[in-house]
Amino acid sequence: MNILVCISKAPDTTSKITFKDGDTKFNEDGVQFIVNPYDEWYALVRALELKEANGGKVTIISVGTADYEPIMRKALAIGADEAFRVDSEASDAYQVAAEIANYISSNSFDLVLTGKETINYNGSQVGGMIAAIIDSPYASHATKLEVNGSTAMVERDKQGGVEVLELTLPAVISAAKGMAEQRIPNMRGIMAARSKPLTVVPASVTETLTETIKFSLPPAKGDVKLVDPENMTELINLLHNEAKAI
Amino acid sequence: MANREDRFQGVDYYNIDDLLTEEHKLIRDTARAWVKKEVTPIIEEAYEKAEFPRHLIKGLAEIGAFGPYIPEEYGGAGLDQISYGLIMQELERGDSGLRSTASVQSSLVMYPIYAYGSEEQRKKYLPKLAAGDMIGCFGLTEPDHGSNPGGMVTNFKDAGDHVILNGAKMWISNAPFADIAVVWAKNEEGRIHGLIVERGMEGFSTPTMHGKWSLRASDTGELVFSNVKVPKANILPGKSGLGAPLGCLDSARYGISWGAIGAAMDCYDSALRYAKERQQFGKPIAAFQLQQKKLAEMVTEITKAQLLVFRLGQLKNQGKATSAQISMAKRNSVEIAIEIARESRQIFGGMGITNEYPIMRHMMNLESVITYEGTHDIHLLITGLDITGESAFS
Ligand SMILES: Cc1cc2nc3c(=O)[nH]c(=O)nc-3n(C[C@H](O)[C@H](O)[C@H](O)COP(=O)(O)OP(=O)(O)OC[C@H]3O[C@@H](n4cnc5c(N)ncnc54)[C@H](O)[C@@H]3O)c2cc1C
Repeated sequence: MNILVCISKAPDTTSKITFKDGDTKFNEDGVQFIVNPYDEWYALVRALELKEANGGKVTIISVGTADYEPIMRKALAIGADEAFRVDSEASDAYQVAAEIANYISSNSFDLVLTGKETINYNGSQVGGMIAAIIDSPYASHATKLEVNGSTAMVERDKQGGVEVLELTLPAVISAAKGMAEQRIPNMRGIMAARSKPLTVVPASVTETLTETIKFSLPPAKGDVKLVDPENMTELINLLHNEAKAI
Repeated sequence: MANREDRFQGVDYYNIDDLLTEEHKLIRDTARAWVKKEVTPIIEEAYEKAEFPRHLIKGLAEIGAFGPYIPEEYGGAGLDQISYGLIMQELERGDSGLRSTASVQSSLVMYPIYAYGSEEQRKKYLPKLAAGDMIGCFGLTEPDHGSNPGGMVTNFKDAGDHVILNGAKMWISNAPFADIAVVWAKNEEGRIHGLIVERGMEGFSTPTMHGKWSLRASDTGELVFSNVKVPKANILPGKSGLGAPLGCLDSARYGISWGAIGAAMDCYDSALRYAKERQQFGKPIAAFQLQQKKLAEMVTEITKAQLLVFRLGQLKNQGKATSAQISMAKRNSVEIAIEIARESRQIFGGMGITNEYPIMRHMMNLESVITYEGTHDIHLLITGLDITGESAFS
């Protein structure tokens, strides 16, 4: 079984978030990057489990500049066999999806896995767009994934329940919490990753479909107001008139 | 036991990460993630029960904590000295006892077998030690010979194809469950040699030492030899004399110089977070000058120590680090760590004495670390001898 896992980088959750270029770009200065957790903990680990059970190969792909390579090496250390980096700055979901779709169309995969979203942009778009471009079935936010011959069984959490889907391979699936459990790389993996191939592919897509006008931070949290437990009228007054919550 | 979330973040005030390779960072982050997942949830209980968490041995091997700088052909990872230091730092950030086990296995058991052992000995022991399938201990200290190991009385006599070993070692980390012991003993001419003694050899026992208030999550014991027949093939042929065990200590002390900084970082990191969250007199205690003085001095000392050990790592990589340079780093790192543990304990007020936070555990552990592998005083005398040319030992 041939599996492609899309790997993105994301800022470490403790990073200070600032913007540049007139608030249209995330300022990466001094930010530590990690593998996007949904890609690493769920998509990649499930791909490795499927390979361990059924044989085959796990390839990872990233659309990004050279500074993506450390996180790609980590994915190789966790167990991916081979890596491809499309040498292009990731600008919007369509451009990333189109690059990956181009790569897929000249190679063949039974399964393409992405994380359900990146923890910085939260777009949840790349998987669906890849599926649309390569004309494959798509299931998003999967919490469980089993493969049986040429079909994939997927579970998705619904409000108050679970949905079970069947997809014919090749398919694209985005992974949510629950699909697998985080794996910490081991020393053998780190050593093996040194010599695993990481190939740089030239960019082929320049088109983007969206343009970022402005990023802004959530408003700073105000001071806490303490209300006397006896004074319900004031609490209701504040919730209604000030917080406009009721 | 404390079921706290491990929110540790490394301390890097001087962007020392920029001096590390991507692989260094991956190795360090792997050890850190492993400690958060496997060590933090169980360490307070293991400490309270005074038990070494043996189920972690396999995991320690998997993250490369056993002989990371031993070449790959013998089962090691073939890494550089900075990688070794970073792994020790992260382990001791978790607990000094865990780091002690890794130090002993790497520097006091695998290193002498690699550096002074025969090819046969290397092939027989090193791969199993690297994989954690075999655990070793190091017997140098004796009841009457601590700082002065050269005075040891443990000895062996020639008996044809084997030797007869007699004597006792004390304060030996990992002794109670080790499969092999690298033991230092004198031959009939009074020259010190290293011998590999295996569990099960007749006349060899390893009683556990009880009642430690420090390093409780590490097992310490004695090694007792009463007419133990050790095959001559188990004697390390490559080096003899006091310099042989001291060479191992250089490697272990180097690891400790990184490790103790890990304990210091954990105390500082916990104290900084607590100081920002804890409110008194209507503001976070971090806003008071007295607390800021403590925290600012801690981060300054950690940063100085980090730069010292980083440079020492470079020297070690080039094979140029001297024993005296290693002594200085070991002494400095442990001293600042113990000071930071004490200061951060105060920042926590009453909470600081509980096992809700790691501070007291680190503080008590560091009392062993400041004594073993050469006491604080002895390292000072080593520096003194090095700069003056005058020995003040005896
Ligand atoms: C938890 C733990 C684990 C250990 N693990 C091991 C192990 O695995 N293997 C092993 O071989 N050993 C081990 N040790 C032993 C350790 O290395 C010794 O405790 C240490 O070397 C000090 O020896 P001592 O305890 O006999 O103290 P002593 O040598 O008796 O020293 C007592 C005091 O006198 C001071 N002193 C001694 N000589 C001088 C001098 N010339 N000038 C000035 N002051 C001096 C010392 O600094 C110290 O303050 C361990 C110890 C501990 C506590």
